[in-house]
Amino acid sequence: MAVLRLTRSSSGPRLTEFICVLLLVLVSVASASRDVVPGSNETWGNPARATQDDPHHQTNSTGHKKAFPVLSFHYEEVKKPLEISLWILLALLMKLGFHIIPRVSNVVPESCLLIFVGLLVGGIIKAIGGEAPGLDAKLFFYYLLPPIILDAGYFLPIRPFTENLGTILVFAVVGTLWNAFFIGGMMYGVVDLLSCLLFGSIISAVDPVAVLAVFEEIHINELLHILVFGESLLNDAVTVVLYHLFKEFAHAGTVTVADAFLGVVCFFVVSLGGIMVGAIYGILGAFTSRFTAHTRVIEPLFVFLYSYMAYLSAEVFHLSGIMSLIACGVVMRPYVEANISHKSYTTIKYFLKMWSSVSETLIFIFLGVSTVAGPHAWNWTFVIVTVILCLVSRVLGVIGLTYIINKFRIVKLTKKDQFIVAYGGLRGAIAFSLGFLLTDSDMKNLFLTAIITVIFFTVFVQGMTIRPLVELLAVKKKKESKGSINEEIHTQFLDHLLTGIEDICGHYGHHHWKDKLNRFNKAYVKRWLIRGERSTEPQLISFYNKMEMKQAMMLVESGSAAKLPTIVSSVSMQNIQTKGPARRRAIPSISKSREEEIRKILRANLQKTRQRLRSYSRHDLLIDPFEDVSEVRFRKQRVEMERRVSFNSDCDMSHYLTVPAKSQETPPVRKVCFESEHQIYTYDDSESPRGSAQASRPHPSSPDAVSLLDESPQRPSQRGALRTRGDAEVRAKAPDDKEEQDQLKLSRCLSDPGPKKDEEEDGSFLS
Amino acid sequence: MGVSLSLIHIVGICFFSVSVEQIKNLHKRFEQLSGNEETISRENLENIPALANNPIRRQIIGAFFDKRNQHQNEVGSFEEIGFEQFLMVMSHFRPPTLKTTEEERETMRKEKLRFLFNMHDTDNDGTITLEEYRKAVEELLSKSGAIGQEAAKAIADAAMLEVASTNVPHMAPDDFYEGITFEHFEQILKGLKKESRLGDQPLEGVVLVKECLCCCCF
Repeated sequence: MAVLRLTRSSSGPRLTEFICVLLLVLVSVASASRDVVPGSNETWGNPARATQDDPHHQTNSTGHKKAFPVLSFHYEEVKKPLEISLWILLALLMKLGFHIIPRVSNVVPESCLLIFVGLLVGGIIKAIGGEAPGLDAKLFFYYLLPPIILDAGYFLPIRPFTENLGTILVFAVVGTLWNAFFIGGMMYGVVDLLSCLLFGSIISAVDPVAVLAVFEEIHINELLHILVFGESLLNDAVTVVLYHLFKEFAHAGTVTVADAFLGVVCFFVVSLGGIMVGAIYGILGAFTSRFTAHTRVIEPLFVFLYSYMAYLSAEVFHLSGIMSLIACGVVMRPYVEANISHKSYTTIKYFLKMWSSVSETLIFIFLGVSTVAGPHAWNWTFVIVTVILCLVSRVLGVIGLTYIINKFRIVKLTKKDQFIVAYGGLRGAIAFSLGFLLTDSDMKNLFLTAIITVIFFTVFVQGMTIRPLVELLAVKKKKESKGSINEEIHTQFLDHLLTGIEDICGHYGHHHWKDKLNRFNKAYVKRWLIRGERSTEPQLISFYNKMEMKQAMMLVESGSAAKLPTIVSSVSMQNIQTKGPARRRAIPSISKSREEEIRKILRANLQKTRQRLRSYSRHDLLIDPFEDVSEVRFRKQRVEMERRVSFNSDCDMSHYLTVPAKSQETPPVRKVCFESEHQIYTYDDSESPRGSAQASRPHPSSPDAVSLLDESPQRPSQRGALRTRGDAEVRAKAPDDKEEQDQLKLSRCLSDPGPKKDEEEDGSFLS
Repeated sequence: MGVSLSLIHIVGICFFSVSVEQIKNLHKRFEQLSGNEETISRENLENIPALANNPIRRQIIGAFFDKRNQHQNEVGSFEEIGFEQFLMVMSHFRPPTLKTTEEERETMRKEKLRFLFNMHDTDNDGTITLEEYRKAVEELLSKSGAIGQEAAKAIADAAMLEVASTNVPHMAPDDFYEGITFEHFEQILKGLKKESRLGDQPLEGVVLVKECLCCCCF
């Protein structure tokens, strides 16, 4: 019985999924076979549809009166949206299915599985006799590609990108040129030279979609990821120029030197123009976001629309749309994020990830379907030679360029790195769509077949084997990185140090210009584009604030889940504070310094919460340390605390305070002593104005104090008790403070040997 | 000047593994800064206009005059430094070449960290105490407006706590963590990728952009 149940349960999801798939496939096949219009590239408000209704009315009004149809079938009216939705649903269910079957998804990358499904669906459709929709180029370039690129560009890790920009540019520009001319040149003899070069230019570009899809699963280290990915993004300019150049001249037949020169000029225009267009839209978007304080709901839309406009505007002039999109996202991001609400930020993030995920899935499925659908002209030699040439030229290109690049790099690229870069040069749907856009000719089919074969080869063979190869070669993986305040401090410190050294050297180097840019940014740009006082906040402080918020959030979450944070270290603030000379040993004033201490202890315990492994995966909603914080909630908390706590931590914590870091060590106390609250002792060397801080600080826990003390001092149960008492999570942090305060108060009542009146002490009493 | 220059060539090539070109350029710069004197003083460095915006200016200038950076086991600071000492400090930032072995890289890395450590450890007791760390963070934030003081203290405290908890996980409540020792310092900066950047453009750039050392950048 148990065995039977087991087998049933394991096959359960698979069975349901299979049935779902079958149903979907049948419906989509049925819908596809009814009408032979491929794809869904027509506009929605199709006026033709309105006229479809007329025949219905006419047949009803002319002739004799039919009985009123209670239930009728009007499939044609909803055909298009229904088809689109079904395809998308199919894609998503496939994606879902792969993750239910764990074994397969470990071996085969998702992109392969999706292409396979596309092949299957295409095969079924063809078997039934309908015409399968191919990957329409317009659909691809205007609807499917932009979300992926925007997602990549908006979340582009800027620092590694700019640090390796030279290398990336060399690979993108020179590498792609080399590939195109090598392949095109070697193919000469099959067809005329220009067509060959055209083919070479189509097939030579590394595809960002495929790279993302494969690399995200292997969690490779940041440097390699950014190299290959950056290259795939930036080679778009080269591809666009070469493609249009050769397309124009494939018909003309000859290319003169003037044309070549114009081509070079065109390259600069295309790339720089694209970036400029993107930057302009980015600034516009940032500026708009400054005024959205009262209409928070539409903030994400601005980001999406401005970026899409950037893409389309660039495409109007045949500039590089991809580079424009990337530039827009990169420029917009720092300012927009400072202006928009946290919910909008989350929305943007989720939507981008969602859209790009759907797009990618659809692209791969359609690739599979078009393979089955499209007309093929299979030529063994052509195809095989193409595949081999692609590999060879990629390897040669990478090796040659690395040799040159390493002369200028500090962190040289090792042989392993080179291998991964060469192996990661995947081709994908962009090449296919560009081929699709060629004018019809015999060669088009030939080219398309070859392109599809290369894509399949790279995605299947290289995609599947790259993971075991990475493991075999022991390539460095992405390591988990905690947000460390020390690293942040020292990164900034080093920035300034190197800038200073450069200035002393008299050399205007990398750091000098970066520093200048930062200062310009702060002085002028931020003031225009960021609303409010956020524009002047130094980076270190905002980093620190974010970290505190994150830790508070994690504490709240782990508290509400009634789980103890793993306390790794029992170090607390008092271990660090200096003892100070006996003369200055002071008695802490209970209200202020204690809270200061508590705050530090809280921080100590907060820092021990579990660190989760962060590996680079585009489709995981990144476990961003600063995510999912209700900003309002925590800002309020912080403001409250800051009002209460004076940062005058020059108060020497007296040594005999037995404040435990782990609350379990607190002796169970049942007494409440309130008198101590009124005995305030101050330090003789206090400098900052404490009166104001004191006066404005209401002691918040008095009403709760009594009830808190009735429970056991165990932290988890206290939190549990707090929870059961129905305290909103909003106050979850504050009660923790209060309970700590009370604990300390009590422990001090017990262990405090009493006030020691120093001669220099001036007692100021708080009422 | 010519005699001392050739001597320095030898010294440089033997000990600093800096190329002759680089030394020549640095010497030119040295002469510019010192006003053709034999030594430069703190005022000479403070007069560089570009440094005025740097928040840690004093510490950088101090590092040049710090005897500890001369690797001769002396302590204290100079009043003026000659070209040799100038070069010695600059050599901390020399870039590794393809020929540098793994252990040489390790030594260089340690040197750089030591340089950083010395910048923080102003009283030269071998540890960075909380006070010193606070000062460092304050300096870092000094150009950023009025927010500095309190936030700097909080940040420095949090950072110190992090170091302590990473390196000495189990401290009883009575224990006292004196300060960050050099080993702990190395430990916490292990993940810092930036430090591999120490030693890039300054010296290499000097080689590549020799002509840039004209009066306009002074």
